[in-house]
Amino acid sequence: MLRYGLPLLVFGVILYFLFGGLSRDPRLVPSPLVGKPAPAFDLPQLRTPETRSSQADLVGTPTLVNVWASWCVACRDEHEVLLRLARARRVRVLGLNYKDERDNALDWLSRLGDPYESIIVDADGRAAIDWGVYGVPESFLVDAKGIIRYKHVGPLTWALVEDELFPLLKKSPGRP
Amino acid sequence: MIPEIGHLALILALGLALVQCILPLAGAQRGIVGWMATARPAAYGQFLFLCVAFVCLAASFLASDFSVLYVANNSNTALPWPYRIAAVWGAHEGSLLLWSLILTVWMVAVGRFSAGMTLAFRSRVLAVMGGINVAFLLFMILTSNPFVRHFPAPAEGRDLNPLLQDPGLVVHPPMLYMGYVGFSVAFSFALAALIGGHLDAAWARWSRPWTVVAWLFLTLGITLGSWWAYYELGWGGFWFWDPVENASFMPWLVGTALIHSLAVTDKRDAFKAWTCLLAICAFSLSLLGTFLVRSGVLTSVHAFATDPKRGVFILVILAITVGGSLLLYAIRAPRIHDTGQFEPASREGALLLNNIVLMVAAASVLLGTLYPLVLDALDLGKISVGPPYFNTVVLPLLGGLGLVLGIGPIMHWKRQEMRDLARRIGWAPLLALVFAGVVVGWRGGEHFLQAVAGLFVATWVVLTAIQGVRERLVHQHGFAGMARALSRGFVGMTLAHLGLAAGITGVTLTSLYGVERDVPLKRGESAEAGSYQFRLDGLRDVLGPNYQAIEAKVTVSRDDETVAVLKPQKRVYRVQTEAMTEAAIDPGLFRDLFVAMGEPIRDDGFSLRIQYKPGVRLIWLGGLMMVLGGMLAASDRRYRVALRRARDVLPEGVAAV
Amino acid sequence: MPVLALLVLFTVFGPALAADPAVFRFEDAGSEARFQALTKELRCLVCQNQSLADSHAELAGDLRREVHAMMKAGKADREIVEFLVRRYGDFVLYRPPLDPRTAALWLGPIGLFLLAGLVGFIALRRRGATPPPEVAAEERARILALLQSGPENGATGTPSHKI
Repeated sequence: MLRYGLPLLVFGVILYFLFGGLSRDPRLVPSPLVGKPAPAFDLPQLRTPETRSSQADLVGTPTLVNVWASWCVACRDEHEVLLRLARARRVRVLGLNYKDERDNALDWLSRLGDPYESIIVDADGRAAIDWGVYGVPESFLVDAKGIIRYKHVGPLTWALVEDELFPLLKKSPGRP
Repeated sequence: MIPEIGHLALILALGLALVQCILPLAGAQRGIVGWMATARPAAYGQFLFLCVAFVCLAASFLASDFSVLYVANNSNTALPWPYRIAAVWGAHEGSLLLWSLILTVWMVAVGRFSAGMTLAFRSRVLAVMGGINVAFLLFMILTSNPFVRHFPAPAEGRDLNPLLQDPGLVVHPPMLYMGYVGFSVAFSFALAALIGGHLDAAWARWSRPWTVVAWLFLTLGITLGSWWAYYELGWGGFWFWDPVENASFMPWLVGTALIHSLAVTDKRDAFKAWTCLLAICAFSLSLLGTFLVRSGVLTSVHAFATDPKRGVFILVILAITVGGSLLLYAIRAPRIHDTGQFEPASREGALLLNNIVLMVAAASVLLGTLYPLVLDALDLGKISVGPPYFNTVVLPLLGGLGLVLGIGPIMHWKRQEMRDLARRIGWAPLLALVFAGVVVGWRGGEHFLQAVAGLFVATWVVLTAIQGVRERLVHQHGFAGMARALSRGFVGMTLAHLGLAAGITGVTLTSLYGVERDVPLKRGESAEAGSYQFRLDGLRDVLGPNYQAIEAKVTVSRDDETVAVLKPQKRVYRVQTEAMTEAAIDPGLFRDLFVAMGEPIRDDGFSLRIQYKPGVRLIWLGGLMMVLGGMLAASDRRYRVALRRARDVLPEGVAAV
Repeated sequence: MPVLALLVLFTVFGPALAADPAVFRFEDAGSEARFQALTKELRCLVCQNQSLADSHAELAGDLRREVHAMMKAGKADREIVEFLVRRYGDFVLYRPPLDPRTAALWLGPIGLFLLAGLVGFIALRRRGATPPPEVAAEERARILALLQSGPENGATGTPSHKI
């Protein structure tokens, strides 16, 4: 009897996983960097190209590292959210300008507002590879010790900020 | 007006499908002839209404009626008219309509060519098929209606996906669907037998030709799809182990197993429960494929636009259809008893081994396809299971299949003396090994073992096939006797087996000796692949009906002699602004030369993908041989005779209950 | 919808920088073949159903460039793969590594084959051991009639002859 019921059982198991799969995004790749120190970098600042930033600048206060570019359409969608986040002053917002033209980037900020405390420039995308970036925009939450706590691929929404970012910020000490 | 007629036709077809699903089944259970008799007209009616719906959608495409959302999303006034027709099944909604229409084509065929069956059996078969169509029509009408209007109508449509603007698309999906949906016949036969409780050899005999026909369509669909991907996707690969490809390969593997186990059930009255399970599995995997392609649970190059609501709907269909039939199987199968006796060393034993290999291959493909999903669901991280895995796991199994396939057809039913078998096979293994070794040694290069293994299996299949034919003919005198000995069933089987040999040869040669290079070439420069020189001679702009393109002129030469002038294109379609690679190919039975354009480089040039692909055509030739073999087998005299005899004995409508 | 965003991002609006495509000239055929083989087994994260070798996505080009640079720097395949896995996870590997998570994946097929073979063999042995049931006389007559009825059984009889 069991012999003949086995196919049904196997099918049941498959069905269970297929159902689970419906609520997941197969394209989303979780980052292996979460829980690890932010990767090393040494990049010029967008506003003042002669000054450079490194991962040491991330230590001290929790930071949201936002990867963006002026050619990225989805970045426009999340810009309001970033501005609001900057105004909330719960977390420092740092921009990583990915493969962009400096003039276009500055123009975008002057038109749409500037949520970033500082912006580093990754002109050739090498730093973004170190961060495991595969689609712009992406956002990383780095805690006060310089450890990456969270990564989001795609435009941020305010709901995400409240549901994911703020609870994580509460857990991690050191306010800006 | 026309779209509304189409919509109405869908609803009417649904009504008929409901009738067909319920009345004949109830009639068959209670023995009410009048109820059972509704099955056939209901099936014919559904076919008619779905034809109407299909024509309405096609007419909307031809008239560029962009108030129909589906037309607006998949057509354009600049789209050439043959592609407008093909666009009917170019995306999710329309392809479902095609699916449903094809299901009714099979229903009509069952209704038409079911003379030998009892009325009750035919009623149950059609009721099950009607039930399937109820599910799919509901799915279409509730979540994926191709006739939905939107106002105001846009002035211009968003055009058909450029990838699909190709003659390959015109024929590939219909063939594939004929196969997928065709397995619903074997499925319905199995279910009808389980419901009725008569799982006898007659059920298998009726199932066989239907299964072979569905299988040959699926084979044709897969072959065409592989060929299409080869020349259209621009990578020059013939198989990518993409989830959607796997979705078609799994039912093919199980369908192939089914054909063989049906032979045992039919001739030897053995494997009945197993055959029944295979019939359920083959169609279940077709349905699973539908789910995988349309629900968005896996990423794929060919996936349709997805929507979670649709995913849930198909999952429910899947749960009811597959779960229900497997439950029925679990309840009824223990009662099935085989009468055929055989020893492990027998043709039955060889066919059992064939089934094991094919089913393990199918299960492995399923495992690899779903494994990332399972790990993700268990929060164990995301992994990718790609070509390296499937090649490692499935290719050895297919090689093993070839080995069994060699001896299976020349073994005796019931009991095979191994010594007798060895005597008949004679020097074939050694001959095959020497042949493979000599060819590979002469050709040189790496991968010695794999190459020898591949060619050995192929040669082995050919030699044993020859032996099979010889044994058939040796006692026959004269042409008529020979022709009688070589029944279409036998010739078809042999041809299909030789097709596998051709396919294995092609895969072996292409993957082990093919050369694939990505090279940046300036104008006038050349690069070598497989002793052929590819020289970039020029670049020019080309204007198509709905695209712009850059065309390269690549002269291919060997030993300073021009072999071919290839003109690949890099196209940008105006509406969907997607860059498309149109490869240029110089085909040949023994080798293909392939050029596809990459990106422009500095200093007036282009990066090109140049390829030398030995034996790649053998893969599709093998597929076509299998198709032809299937056609011969399905048209074997025994089926035609059975049909004619049944028709003579039982006039229409007086079939015994 | 991140999916949509990504698609839009990378198909329509690529980065403004126009670089040479990441296609390289190799000094020797060996390293070219090695590069091909390696990038064929790595999955592009943007298009996700193409290997790094096949993908036209911008990021795939960048990663090909990284792989090429590392090869030139004398890194072994294993080191290059590790570099990518550290950044993108096991997702980039088309050949999943054998570890406890993937044990069922890699060992499943062979296990299934052995199991199926064993079950099949036992079933056959048991079937062989049971005596054949008595066939009723009329049934036997029917079978005999069928066997003699010509072409239908054409495929069943297999004469035996030497090659």
